[in-house]
Amino acid sequence: MSQQKIPKLLTSEITPIEVYRQRREFMRLAAGTALGAALPYPIFAGEKLPDRVKSAYELSDKLTPYEDVTHYNNYYEFGTDKESPAKTAGNLKIRPWTVSVEGEVRNPKIWDIDSLMKLAALEDRVYRLRCVEAWSMVIPWVGFPLAELIKRAEPTGNAKFVEFTTLNDPAQMPGVNSPVLDWPYREGLRLDEALHPLTLLTFGLYGEVLPNQNGAPVRIVVPWKYGFKSAKSIVRIKFMEQMPLSSWMKAGPSEYGFYSNVNPTVDHPRWSQAKERRIGDFFKRPTLPFNGYADQVAQLYTGMDLQKFF
Amino acid sequence: MLITPTKAQQDKCLLAAKRLAFLVALIPLAKLFWLGFHHGLGANPIEKITRTTGYWTLALIMITLTATPLKALSGWSWPIRWRRMLGLFAFFYACLHFLTYLVLDQFFDWAAIVKDIAKRPYITVGFPAFLMLIPLAITSTHKMIQRLGARRWKRLHKLIYVIGIAGVFHFWWLVKKDITEPMQFAAVLTVLLGFRFVRWWRFR
Repeated sequence: MSQQKIPKLLTSEITPIEVYRQRREFMRLAAGTALGAALPYPIFAGEKLPDRVKSAYELSDKLTPYEDVTHYNNYYEFGTDKESPAKTAGNLKIRPWTVSVEGEVRNPKIWDIDSLMKLAALEDRVYRLRCVEAWSMVIPWVGFPLAELIKRAEPTGNAKFVEFTTLNDPAQMPGVNSPVLDWPYREGLRLDEALHPLTLLTFGLYGEVLPNQNGAPVRIVVPWKYGFKSAKSIVRIKFMEQMPLSSWMKAGPSEYGFYSNVNPTVDHPRWSQAKERRIGDFFKRPTLPFNGYADQVAQLYTGMDLQKFF
Repeated sequence: MLITPTKAQQDKCLLAAKRLAFLVALIPLAKLFWLGFHHGLGANPIEKITRTTGYWTLALIMITLTATPLKALSGWSWPIRWRRMLGLFAFFYACLHFLTYLVLDQFFDWAAIVKDIAKRPYITVGFPAFLMLIPLAITSTHKMIQRLGARRWKRLHKLIYVIGIAGVFHFWWLVKKDITEPMQFAAVLTVLLGFRFVRWWRFR
């Protein structure tokens, strides 16, 4: 077990985040732009991510407030209720952090998070997020297409699927001590889904570094699928020939399929998926096929019976 | 020196305690209001209200079911005398729970509600459980007990066993994965109904 002893720290010894940020800001300003560029890249929740480019994907929906996006989270590693992750994820150590790209690829590599972040230009992308529990949000993510990473990994001809694995550390994640799911959290995509330009390797939201409860330091976002498909705090991306068995498929094969595309006509066996409550709204709204991204992604599934491949 | 309180003193004390219990039973509702006025209900207030009122309906049903075992084990009669009040509180929270679903969640979308009752197992058991609470609330007065006669009244109020079981299933089937809380209710209910079963078996 890699359970290290962490020395007790008085709360009074911890630098308040505001002071810390001010200090960094001061250093950046003091050092001037030339030197400032050499300063460490922002790594902590709430720090602005620099040099972001505008995305080609536009969305006019009203953004869900930052407070709601960061305090209403399904992240079972930090507890099964929605308020827990915001309370307990603060302890997650997001540096050093590596992501192992492995399996059916010509260039397997263990990426350091800081070089991974700089692999391509970071884009601001506003996506709808539809949870399988019939609520939804609109979130401005920051990231770049996962395809950028996949290109560099060069999948072999055998690579048909991609599996994402979330960190599984009982010392930092109180939730993994209870067997609600089969840990570590695993999710998967078909290779063509993973290569789709909408599939975003995500490092931030609202122009800032991801808060831990939203999946820091790196997660994926697959906007046309139910939220649980978008694995958080990823440590491994594995290319494989066989369809991976995700944690949710294992937990309830009749309720959570591999595809889990947002589909108002395929109900969860225990509740309807026809409508959703957008966080902040009073009235429910109809759920859109593929969460409103049908034009972009429906062709990935031509000829497939979506009732069967739910 | 130990002074044994007189009967009158005891009664006074118990009455004060019962009044206190009345106020305590209102705390969950007061807390919802307080949170509601202080942006404390979170990102999904309707879900929060539904969960809270549902939780306390079930909790109060469990509490009323402890009256009989408590009396049998300790000889105290006050739990029985508090039972009607607490049972009516269970009904009160059940009404709030149902109204939250009807107004805030579905907003009188009758088609969706009928579909829910028919298709969603947790609502299929939850809705009749709520309906069954209504006759129990109506027949809770002294007059009604007299009109029905103690035997029939008792038989009718055995419905609460069915309601309790249905309530636990309702909760169990609606949670996505973490069944800790429904399991706790199921365990409590098993003990409470098990006690009655054992007693019935022995004195059969």
